[in-house]
Amino acid sequence: MQLDYFQLIDRILDLNTEEKTITVEAEVPKTSTIFEGHFPGYPIMPGVLLIETMAQTSGWLLLALMKFQRMPFLAAVKEAKMRGFVTPGELLTVEAKIVHEGSGYAITDAKVKVAGKLRSNATITFSHVPFPNPDLRGHMDAVAKRIGFPLAILT
Amino acid sequence: MSSTFDQVATIIAETCDIPRDTITPDSHAIDDLGIDSLDFLDIAFAIDKAFGIKLPLEKWTQEVNDGKATTEQYFVLKNLCARIDELVAAKGAGA
Repeated sequence: MQLDYFQLIDRILDLNTEEKTITVEAEVPKTSTIFEGHFPGYPIMPGVLLIETMAQTSGWLLLALMKFQRMPFLAAVKEAKMRGFVTPGELLTVEAKIVHEGSGYAITDAKVKVAGKLRSNATITFSHVPFPNPDLRGHMDAVAKRIGFPLAILT
Repeated sequence: MSSTFDQVATIIAETCDIPRDTITPDSHAIDDLGIDSLDFLDIAFAIDKAFGIKLPLEKWTQEVNDGKATTEQYFVLKNLCARIDELVAAKGAGA
């Protein structure tokens, strides 16, 4: 994870396009400027970043299902719950599954776990559109390589 | 149609917190009820689930943007319900 660059996912552990599920892993950094303010003397990962982590996890699943032809963007977050603190150095396992695939939008359920215990979950809505420009597509390709996106599933 | 309308009106009332008695078959979802595109995603989700269909929102939006259709054709509720009935019938015919 590099919190300030919004690189919140380290690696994809499992991506199943038939079951429409994904599991990823991410290690919360031991130090970050974000922890200097959130909170001084008591660093915890901000809930909004846990939501973003779940959104990015869901986003990779949607990218896979749409074969990188369209880009999902966060549209709504419902039932987001922060069930326990996430602290520097912890290893997160993040899971997402498709709830519904609509026309131009999709809904997922996502969970953040630490050592098998649920720390956060949310129902997330995305709108998706064709990639707006080649630069964004190139960036997503580069991130896909970094996090071990299984390119073979696209063929 | 009336049954479809009742379901759709209930969905809209519950999803957007709009008084049920203000929703009529002639209501325009956008112009009269003030439903925006994000709220309409929630409505589309509820309609998709309730009727087992997939509202072709992207196609409709494209047709409106291209000037091939008017918003009234898809977003006045009696017309929306007619489209839903067509989609349900097409699904039944294809099953």
